[in-house]
Amino acid sequence: MRGQPILEVNRICKAFGPTKALRGVDLKVRAGEVLALIGENGAGKSTLLKILSGAHRADSGQMSIGDRPFRPAGPSDTRQSGVAMIYQELNLAPELSVEDNLLLGARGSGGGLLIRKRQRPKVREALETVGLGGLSPTAIVGEQSIATQQMIEIARALVAEARIILLDEPTSSLPQKDVARLFSIINDLKERQIGMVYISHFLEEVREVADRYAVLRDGENVGEGKMEDADDDTIVSLMVGRDVKNLFPTVPHSPGEPWVRVQELTGFPYPKKVNIELRRGEIFGIAGLVGAGRTELIRTVFGLDHSSAGSVSVNGKLIPSTIRERLKAGFGFISEDRKNEGLAQDLSIIDNLTLSRLGDYTTMGVLNLNRRKQAAEKLLKRVQVKCKASDQAVSELSGGNQQKVAIARILHQQADILLMDEPTKGIDVGTKAEVYQMLGELAATGKTIVFVSSYLPELLAVCDRIGVMSRGELRDVRDTVDWTEEEVMRVAIV
Amino acid sequence: MNFRRILKAIFQSQLGPIFALAFILMLFAVADQRWSSGNYLSPRNFRVMMNSAALIAVPALGMTMIIIAAGIDLSAGTALTLCGTVLATQFKYAAVAAGEPGFAWVVIQAVCLTLLTGSLCGLVNGGLISLTKVVPFIVTLGTMTIFLGVGQIISKESTVYADEKNIPEWLSDFCYTGSNSERYLNFGIFPNVPNSVLLTLILAFAVVLLLRYTVFGRNVFAIGSSESTARLCGVNVPFTIIAVYTLAGVFVALGGLMYYANVKNGNPSDGMGKELEIIAAVVLGGGSLSGGRGSILGTLMGALIITAIRSGCAQLSILNTYTHIIIGGIIIVAVIVDQLRHGSPEWFFRLLPAKTAEN
Repeated sequence: MRGQPILEVNRICKAFGPTKALRGVDLKVRAGEVLALIGENGAGKSTLLKILSGAHRADSGQMSIGDRPFRPAGPSDTRQSGVAMIYQELNLAPELSVEDNLLLGARGSGGGLLIRKRQRPKVREALETVGLGGLSPTAIVGEQSIATQQMIEIARALVAEARIILLDEPTSSLPQKDVARLFSIINDLKERQIGMVYISHFLEEVREVADRYAVLRDGENVGEGKMEDADDDTIVSLMVGRDVKNLFPTVPHSPGEPWVRVQELTGFPYPKKVNIELRRGEIFGIAGLVGAGRTELIRTVFGLDHSSAGSVSVNGKLIPSTIRERLKAGFGFISEDRKNEGLAQDLSIIDNLTLSRLGDYTTMGVLNLNRRKQAAEKLLKRVQVKCKASDQAVSELSGGNQQKVAIARILHQQADILLMDEPTKGIDVGTKAEVYQMLGELAATGKTIVFVSSYLPELLAVCDRIGVMSRGELRDVRDTVDWTEEEVMRVAIV
Repeated sequence: MNFRRILKAIFQSQLGPIFALAFILMLFAVADQRWSSGNYLSPRNFRVMMNSAALIAVPALGMTMIIIAAGIDLSAGTALTLCGTVLATQFKYAAVAAGEPGFAWVVIQAVCLTLLTGSLCGLVNGGLISLTKVVPFIVTLGTMTIFLGVGQIISKESTVYADEKNIPEWLSDFCYTGSNSERYLNFGIFPNVPNSVLLTLILAFAVVLLLRYTVFGRNVFAIGSSESTARLCGVNVPFTIIAVYTLAGVFVALGGLMYYANVKNGNPSDGMGKELEIIAAVVLGGGSLSGGRGSILGTLMGALIITAIRSGCAQLSILNTYTHIIIGGIIIVAVIVDQLRHGSPEWFFRLLPAKTAEN
């Protein structure tokens, strides 16, 4: 069933100033197969995708589609050549209708006029293929769920008659059940002889959907082969270039007495009457589907979202529900939206790191910049941020390093109750392991960590207790040893 | 390669606007020598230029803070002339003339009332923006006409002239650019620097310190870069925004005072369009309208660039109409250059070995 190579990439090189992002990368995608492109953050995956999509141009090397050379000068070129990109962050115009989104950038019919009627059969067919037969083409995209929007993106690729689809972390914002749906659609696309490149940080996911894999490290091919021929350890050691003994390092720590009490906490629409008792030196996991109210829960605990009822107390003392009071009581928060909320991207690492506790460096209202810098750099060393200088803008760091800055900030703030929303989202395996290690060390020093995640293996490996949320309620809290993945899912969907 | 490196250093340094100003001054000085009177860089014309730049720069200091906080103030122009008009009416209807006992009280009252008017304008802007969450552009578009209207009520829809003898001497001399040394403060340090320029430098220095060395200043940058991050870090966002606009209002009032000292009358409708000049100075100096970025030194240079071009064109007898086109063009070019420095698109990488991009 596998056909000829439809996309060939030969010895592509790309440098940004002195940094060599790609050093002669090869890639071959056949019709009707899924190639998993694997690599740590910074390995060159994104650069390669950007070159394929025409956002960047390669310094040297060739690409071809079928027999024809492929040299995209921009996104419209790529589209004309039958290549479609599906990004991690959705690329739809939320105010427009489904139909208008699907036809966006499509070759005009009728001399630049968009005659929707003529295109409608094509639109309908594409929607049906992705399992959205019931969705009206005139529905507004922004009103659809994230999963549906993801499918609409794929439908757009179909309308454009793409023969190659590049998927960049397509499941990172999808709930579990929609992931299964996405995979079945990918299988349908295979049948249609479409070749796909699939980028994901989740090995088990890759295993489920890909036929072959190619691993990049530091801008070079370091290995490729059939998916079934390689086990996880092989792939991981190819990625990081060394043996990773343990994907989930743990640090022994023993939870102490309960000291933070969340009682009947309610917000609109979520959470609903949530009760939690958190102990000192404990890692408390919160599992559940996306949209179950996990994020809302910890945002409400932090005072970012408004609570309509219920209370939060620390050491028996009621804490008013404003961010300033909660910060003072020792709460710290890491947002899942690192780009827009978690960090101020244009500001320097120092500024980001110290923003929540600048008071330490002021005497009579005047900041001591030197002292601030020293403290910041000490922390950067501790969490091992790779950066050129501490006054570099955060936007220039890779995702994993940005996340470390965010974590360093709540350390700097000297928070005792660390609320972390998807702290390992979009970071590579090596950095994830470092984060787990750090969480364990923090718990060992008596800090309380609330760890929200969609990635069950990490929760099960790292947490002391796990609570599962569903429809805004905290359904079930058990010690981690009493949970299995199946059990968690069962509680989450019921 | 060496040439490239120097070019790159100039390009990427914070001193970009200074080089631009030096270039413009040189260009006009040469052209002036060649085709005109050669007075462009004369001390007298230099003083006139500095004074005109000061008139833009003082309100632009406040505007820089607003723009760093990702805001904008379209009402700055009409608020400025409203303040000038308030000051003018105070002197026009003063019960005592200069030199008579009690005149000092009149002056104090007039200045305080002017500053109060300005800060009230800012407070209204900041309050509306942070309480209603309407975008600053719309709020200040509204208050722009409101302030114009209020000014016209106060001025009874005409220009307010006060009797010369009712204007205190220091105010008359504030924007003096002539050759009588006695009318300058000088402090025995600089020869014949307009007093307006001295005030501008002092204020600019204060704002630099405020932005760089206070928690408030860092919070302003944080809000401009990402408001939600600032909120998450416990920054009191509504307070900071109100404070920024109110403070900017004080600078607008000082700008109004200088405007009055310069033209010796108060006409509310003079302010229409001034806000664009003020914003242009900030943008020329490297301020980003999307927030998080801006520099006081840059803004001062921006104000000087605008006046240098205007004065140069006047010296060369270039028609006003063309001057407008030249200044407009410079603003657009400046912003493009600034984007190149920060964004560095693909083709720019080939031109210069720019800073490393993260993969």
